[in-house]
Amino acid sequence: MQAFFQEAVIPHFNFWIYVVIMMIGLWSVIAKNNLIKKLIGLSIFQTAILLLYVSLGVKEGATIPIIDHHAAELSLEGDAAAINPDIIANPVPHVLMLTAIVVGVATLGVALALCQMIYKDFGTLEEDEVLQKIKALHDDV
Amino acid sequence: MNAKLSASLAVAITGTILLYAVSDFPDFGDPRSPANAGVEGGAPSASLYYIENTYRDTKVPNLVTAVLADYRGYDTMFETIVILTAGISIFAILRVMRRDDDVVAPSPAAANRTIDGDHHRIIVGTTCRIAAPLIQIFALYVVAHGHHSPGGGFQGGVMLGASFILLALSGSLRETLTRFSERDYMRMAFVGILIYAGLGLLPMCIGRNFLDYGVLSGLFMTKGEEMARSHSMLGVEIGVAITVMSIMFAMFANLSTRGRLQEGL
Repeated sequence: MQAFFQEAVIPHFNFWIYVVIMMIGLWSVIAKNNLIKKLIGLSIFQTAILLLYVSLGVKEGATIPIIDHHAAELSLEGDAAAINPDIIANPVPHVLMLTAIVVGVATLGVALALCQMIYKDFGTLEEDEVLQKIKALHDDV
Repeated sequence: MNAKLSASLAVAITGTILLYAVSDFPDFGDPRSPANAGVEGGAPSASLYYIENTYRDTKVPNLVTAVLADYRGYDTMFETIVILTAGISIFAILRVMRRDDDVVAPSPAAANRTIDGDHHRIIVGTTCRIAAPLIQIFALYVVAHGHHSPGGGFQGGVMLGASFILLALSGSLRETLTRFSERDYMRMAFVGILIYAGLGLLPMCIGRNFLDYGVLSGLFMTKGEEMARSHSMLGVEIGVAITVMSIMFAMFANLSTRGRLQEGL
């Protein structure tokens, strides 16, 4: 058991945490009946993806992906070793997740707007009650 | 109950499969992982190229801003368009234009919202009115200094939008809308996209690729292509910030009032 932890869990603990958080989100999307709770689950799911990407770009002992001005000028003068990639975190996951966060907020806004319209039309946000009311409407027609 | 049981089963199976796959992933914080250094014996990863060449190409030390606004300019432009589309969707879903459609009488709490009617509002309202311009100045710094320190158009735009939301929450939405009306913010959202796309179209006028800012050195009166790319990134970030600011406030105004833009919450 201890060997399993040291070989499988501890070097990959960021991935274990991401899977656990993602499954919490997935569970609430599937199992919860209230639409707002489903949206909360969707947000948790999205946060897990952000965590996965950002943790992929981590380098042990590295700092933020902004180049020191002094090192940058040295590299322009031809000193190829001035910029050490080992002490600069991977910028690509940060770029991808930066836009994903803002787009996530925008899509959450649209989802909340749809929920408001569902509440206005059906008077409830519980999924089964909404489905019953839709079915009753169809039966009337 | 049965639904919850089957959901738990599905989640457990998915989680087990994902955790099984995780054991093949690189270790946490490994600088030699494929994402950080590329495949062994193969091509180096894109991130290595960005780290080593961004300053030479663009004179921008903040790699995230440079990759966002220059190397991946298409991606960022269409992400901004996604945000604009979300704003338009919320407008289309929620906005009620008819004035006579069940106009809600102002609640007693809203009627008390005068300066001397509610002592809590004096403290909160005054503090937020003083804080809002400071937040906006800091947001402008975040946008304008995004090349050299953490920051950029998305972050600054969200902060600008938050300052208007703060004013609407602490004071009244109606008063905030007289400063930043619906007509204004919907126009500003499009102006931001037009700034971005227009800056991308300029190089096309002289026969280069879309968003190939390097050739704009004549326009910005800079010596080399690198500084032209740096200045164009600032322009692009300003466009992004304007769109994000407008859409954030549009979303708040419509969601909090069920599309009536009268006193909500």
